[in-house]
Amino acid sequence: MSLISIQTVSKSYWRDSLEIPVLNNISFEIPEGEFLGLMGPSGSGKTTLLNLIAGIDRPTKGAIKVSDTDITTLNESDLAKWRARHVGFIFQFYNLLPVLTAFENVELPLLLSKLSKKDRKEHVEFALKIVGLSDRIHHYPRQLSGGQEQRVAIARAIVTDPIFLVADEPTGDLDRVSAEEILKLLERLNSEFKKTIVMVTHDPRAAEKAHMLRHLDKGELS
Amino acid sequence: MHVFKLILKNTLRHKLRSFLTIVGISIAVMAFGFMRTVITAWYAGVEASAVNRMVTRHSVSFIFPLPLSYRDQIARIPGVSQVSYANWFGGVYKDASDWKNFFPRIGIDPETYIDMYPEFLVTVDELAAFQKDRNACLIGAKLAQQLNFKVGDIIPIDGDIYPGKWEFVVRGIYHGKDKSTDETQMLFQWKYLDEQVKQRQPGREGQVGWYILKVQNPSDMSIVAKIVDDMFKNSLAATKTETEKEFQQSFVSMSSAIITSMKVISFVIIGIILLVLANTIVMSARERTREYAVLKALGFSAFHIIGLIGGESMLLACSGGALGLALLFPIARGFANVFPTFFPVFNVEIITIALSVATAVVSGIIAAVFPTINTLRTKTVDGLRAIG
Repeated sequence: MSLISIQTVSKSYWRDSLEIPVLNNISFEIPEGEFLGLMGPSGSGKTTLLNLIAGIDRPTKGAIKVSDTDITTLNESDLAKWRARHVGFIFQFYNLLPVLTAFENVELPLLLSKLSKKDRKEHVEFALKIVGLSDRIHHYPRQLSGGQEQRVAIARAIVTDPIFLVADEPTGDLDRVSAEEILKLLERLNSEFKKTIVMVTHDPRAAEKAHMLRHLDKGELS
Repeated sequence: MHVFKLILKNTLRHKLRSFLTIVGISIAVMAFGFMRTVITAWYAGVEASAVNRMVTRHSVSFIFPLPLSYRDQIARIPGVSQVSYANWFGGVYKDASDWKNFFPRIGIDPETYIDMYPEFLVTVDELAAFQKDRNACLIGAKLAQQLNFKVGDIIPIDGDIYPGKWEFVVRGIYHGKDKSTDETQMLFQWKYLDEQVKQRQPGREGQVGWYILKVQNPSDMSIVAKIVDDMFKNSLAATKTETEKEFQQSFVSMSSAIITSMKVISFVIIGIILLVLANTIVMSARERTREYAVLKALGFSAFHIIGLIGGESMLLACSGGALGLALLFPIARGFANVFPTFFPVFNVEIITIALSVATAVVSGIIAAVFPTINTLRTKTVDGLRAIG
């Protein structure tokens, strides 16, 4: 069953009066529970496609449906609410807030929910337990290694129990050992918790973990 | 964790910068409040004016005297219920270069003046003692405290407008009905002045500085003023009659350039507050471009971003404002103690507090506007690429 449907999506950027096409008539489906790897050379449009799927950018043309919701028709406010409920973000550089502890960083998305403080605490502790950081709950990002920071970021991504995760080069800033741990964690989230994952990567080892690979080149699927 | 905690943590991220910003705002708010207090103090006499009192003075200037004979003629005018008179004495008490020794010295009619000014509270016994002795004087409580005058003390004055050595015996200390009443004056019997002038400078006797008229109906003031001034139009000393408020205002207007300057400076201070705060908020928001983009990606709305940036701005502005107001009171009190007679009434008014608070709050809001707009306009995907 298809969770995400990308239908003839094109995306162009404008530099002054010059149109720069990035994606050109992309169409494909991502089934529920899939672990998709998006690969391609720099500038091929991988991250742009990921951003479109995650609802943080809008296509110039085409539609993106997630669970039958055409997210390209939502206004900014509704799109923000939709992201909060349905998408978990994992960034290359973790993007944790340095002034917040691991617990507080993971709790951030839950502040948008109606959960009580007690329920939020339970959710955060469970997410941090899944990523194996229960003992680092009150540590600040500066007190964590790169791999640990990325695990906190993954905990933040899953704490709201989103229907899919988007990961942009999740191992791009990590050493080999840490990268392997992160990939195992993503595999576990996919297999054990049935999370659909869309991952952009350059790393062939990371790509090996994906169940489905799509290659982008010059804005087109190859 | 609540969003407020994030605002607090963001504010404390650069502690030195936040501290300096708060100190900068507090000094500016304190300076603004102090300026407003000085301006308010300047107008204290105007604000304290009674609605049923008028003043008749020489049409050219109040430094020119009027004949005492006008009193009975004015008293006969319909609508005038009471007439009194006063005379500026001037003089020097001890060292003229010391501001503490400057205080108003006014010769008054002991029988009518205190009745005319019910805001001056003096005991019956002290008033009787004052009325009994020709060289007696009444001292305002603040003046008495400042120069340690007590009942029975003799106050020596070197005359300037009325040359010679003068001595006045303190027979009473008056208190103000409320804190807006001037308690820094020395009131003595005009008759003593008149008798001495008759001996020392024959020809200057029988003259007073100005008349104070109490009217039965404040709405008749313009009519009474016209009648009085018409009555003496062709006399040797033509008069100008005006409400007490206008009379006081004429003194203030002598210093209008200074007051205008102070008003301008107070607005400049608001600009300084705004620049100090805006600089900090712009820097903070720019440094956190990526963080705000992450928050937007996570689903935080424009409302949240406005709250975060605006909240930080308001927190800095209100902290600085609160500290500035906390500093204002002791500084104003200190100024009033050092120069008690410079401004007879020097209080931090409610309106000054409200203006200071409003200045801080409005500055907090305005300082957050441009960084917030910039942050909201920045696309999430562009923000995520930003290097903080």
